[in-house]
Amino acid sequence: MSRERDLALRRRYWVERLMLALVALGTLLAFLVLFLVLAYALFQGAGALNLDFFLKDMRPPGEAGGGLRQAIVGTLLVDGLGLLLALPFGLAAGILLAEYPDHPLNPYLRLLSDTLNGMPAILFGLLAFILVVKPMGGFSGLSGAFALGFLMIPILARSTEGVLSLVPKEVREAGLALGLPRWRVILSLVLPTARAGLITGILLAFARAAGEAAPLLFTAFGSPLLELNPLKPMDTLPLRLFAFAISPYEDWHQKAWAAGLVLFGFITLTSLLARWASRRRF
Amino acid sequence: MKRLYTHFGDRVFALVLLLLALGVVALALLMAYELYRGGSLALGRFGLLGFALGREWDPALEKAFGAWPYILGTLIVSLSALSLSFFPALAAAIFAAEYAPRWLAQILNFLLDLMAAVPSVVYGLWGIFVLAPWLRDKLQLPLYLWAAEHAPGLLPLLGVPTGYGLMTAILILASMIVPYTAALARDAIALVPREHREAAYALGATRWEVMRLAILPLARGGILAGAFLALARAVGETLAVTMVIGNSHKLPYTLFGGAATMPSVIANEFTEAVEDLHLSALIAVGFLLFLVSMAVNFTAAYVLRRQERLVKGVL
Amino acid sequence: MRAKGVLLAWVALAGLGLAQQTLTLVGAGATFPYPLMAKYADEYTRLTGGKVRVNYQSIGSGGGIRQFLEQTVHFGASDAPLDDGRLKEVRERFKTQALNLAYALGAVVPVYNLPGVKEPLRFTGPVLADIYLGKVKTWNDPALQELNPGVKLPPLPITVVHRSDGSGTSYVFTEYLAKVSREWAQKVGRGTSVEWPVGVGGKGNEGVAGVVRQTPGAIGYVELTYAKQNSLAYGAVQNKAGRFLLADLASIKAAANVPLPGDMRVSLTDTAAPDGYPIASFTYLLLYENLSVNEAVKSEAEARALVEFVKWILTEGQRYNEPLTYGALSPVAQQRALALLARVTYEGKPLGKEIVGR
Repeated sequence: MSRERDLALRRRYWVERLMLALVALGTLLAFLVLFLVLAYALFQGAGALNLDFFLKDMRPPGEAGGGLRQAIVGTLLVDGLGLLLALPFGLAAGILLAEYPDHPLNPYLRLLSDTLNGMPAILFGLLAFILVVKPMGGFSGLSGAFALGFLMIPILARSTEGVLSLVPKEVREAGLALGLPRWRVILSLVLPTARAGLITGILLAFARAAGEAAPLLFTAFGSPLLELNPLKPMDTLPLRLFAFAISPYEDWHQKAWAAGLVLFGFITLTSLLARWASRRRF
Repeated sequence: MKRLYTHFGDRVFALVLLLLALGVVALALLMAYELYRGGSLALGRFGLLGFALGREWDPALEKAFGAWPYILGTLIVSLSALSLSFFPALAAAIFAAEYAPRWLAQILNFLLDLMAAVPSVVYGLWGIFVLAPWLRDKLQLPLYLWAAEHAPGLLPLLGVPTGYGLMTAILILASMIVPYTAALARDAIALVPREHREAAYALGATRWEVMRLAILPLARGGILAGAFLALARAVGETLAVTMVIGNSHKLPYTLFGGAATMPSVIANEFTEAVEDLHLSALIAVGFLLFLVSMAVNFTAAYVLRRQERLVKGVL
Repeated sequence: MRAKGVLLAWVALAGLGLAQQTLTLVGAGATFPYPLMAKYADEYTRLTGGKVRVNYQSIGSGGGIRQFLEQTVHFGASDAPLDDGRLKEVRERFKTQALNLAYALGAVVPVYNLPGVKEPLRFTGPVLADIYLGKVKTWNDPALQELNPGVKLPPLPITVVHRSDGSGTSYVFTEYLAKVSREWAQKVGRGTSVEWPVGVGGKGNEGVAGVVRQTPGAIGYVELTYAKQNSLAYGAVQNKAGRFLLADLASIKAAANVPLPGDMRVSLTDTAAPDGYPIASFTYLLLYENLSVNEAVKSEAEARALVEFVKWILTEGQRYNEPLTYGALSPVAQQRALALLARVTYEGKPLGKEIVGR
């Protein structure tokens, strides 16, 4: 009787050991590609990351040197413009969902927002092409901003709703108890309390959109020159990365890796910032 | 005056909020409408079913457009990527939630966020310059040469080993969608009440047994939701796949050969479709993609919300 | 607060840009001449001190034609001139002519990646067609070995690479194949985008060159400059007169030694010229004769800048052609092109005649 129990115990012990090994192995597998990508990006691209990379524009194919200034600036501009376009809608949707939970629109809003969140980015580009590029008669940074803005709206809505629902109800009750109207409670009490989380959500949406290239293929279009006017075609880092990657020029390949590093660095920074900002306890 | 401030203010605010939020609804509806309208030329010519099941995509001679190769490509690539990524993702979630010490878990969670945020083009870049050549040289070419000598009957099934094809696309995609399953699974596992764990431990269960008997059954919904979310992302993934999939118009039936997915054919051909019918066919593919994506996302959202409500009810 | 400052600064800068009257000419199209176009754009932007900037995106000839028709660009670029159907469409929709101005000559070469094979291989049109039809599957196939008796061809499978996008280079290549292989003409045909029987697709000349470069045993077709700039091995092709010719400036120019029609729409493939390379082609700029019809041209200043730029391409710009291994226009061709440009008007004003006449 004791012998059977011993055997059973030993078997369970080994199963436990085995599962631990499998889980550890699985975890390693899960992160393997991330490390490989980062490692290769560092090895191949670090060489091209000099000051010129950030200060000079692109050279014609076959000519060495130059940099990707036009793409870096373009990324910031198109993404920033898109964020401005998306903020009112995304924030409003999030506030509605969190602060007016009984509103009849909510279930539909939530469902559609979640669905839009998973939409392929290229479809937003298609929509922006139809709605902005065609009527405008040309490609432009603005149409790219619209495409990215469309992308960011559901992201902002979800993160805003999430953050606002974490604000303790006591805050709202206190405001109402003081006789403040509801809109005042939201604007002056709830939103400022959630400010860190809101900014985090905005940063994350910005970072996500900054890495998109597919929706910009037929909206922002690309450019070898630094362009500050959003009514003209503009270049972004992911667009340029794509074009360089499929090209046959060595120099361009190296620049593509460097661009990848810059993007990597940017999102790492944003993620770290987000984690730090959301450490506040209520 | 006070009436104005409170009553009127509330009404105005709520109205503004509503109008802006309706913008989100409008976005979804607009997307559906414009895609349908743009694709109507092609859909009208071939019929919705005819277009979706048609196998020829010939802009030059036949001017026939059928999206089935791309639908099939999307299904094969996404489902395979999901299957491949599911267990590593689950393992990572279990590890981060139960086995790892706190400091390691923090790092792992950060890495998961990072993985989800890495742009598609960067994965694609790695795919073109590292994964594809490696697969070709270490796996496909040797296999192909072996088959050429010993089993030539297999050759049509294998296809030409270029490194650009379904295999590479599936591997890259699987790596990209790991964080979606992992994050949701981790959250679901973390949400299981402490009492359940402690009860199991109290009965003498090992860590794995606790996981298997007490935690996973309760976390099942969240894990499933994570899988659906990952599937949704896989379906819509454009550039990384476009860069390594080989871009063939034919039905994907070879192991090594090229293929295409719905997003990849749009990315490749959109700016260049000269014929109106061709352009409309591409937008129609976009419309189909929208439908598929909506179906998967709906399901994911439904499962997720139901899981959330379930957990809130339990707590 | 700081964000507002940044925003204001940007608006000011952009406004300054607008005030400075910098014009940006946007063109799109063929990847075939992209290295040359990029050079033109770079030089011209420098020449005008940045006042006129040129942004050319290589998205394929199909793209060039499409965006030209959609009027989202100032000029299109394509290796295939607009066909009769398209010209008619432009005439009917916009009540003006579409002009095809040839500005350079290029060659499509068969590039391949065969480590260990030193000398350039020889191909014939029919053999190339068979490779792309999937009938010749390995490098040591007797059809290829026959043409290259002195070379030890490896038993590697042939990885066929073609274009995944709408391409004038594809048009030139498939047009040639259709001329030399009846089977190709019947099964596949010619076009900027065809249903390729076999092979993987690369995006743009750049994409095809990239794939061939990375894949031992691959064969593709690209513009000569792409082969040279990337040290890709390319083969000699047998022309109509039976000679095996490697594409170079001499054989490209010889191929163009045929009578030129007034509208410059001519096919140079399978040329009758005895020393002519058989897969050569003009590459064209697409312009509306009446620029006011083009929605992308927003002002007379833009129209002028456009005409000036094109005139520069056809005259001083030609000096950049040969160093990049594109053929320059012969005096006759240049005359024809300038004559076409002279027809351009804007809001009734004969800009073309005025600027070309100077």
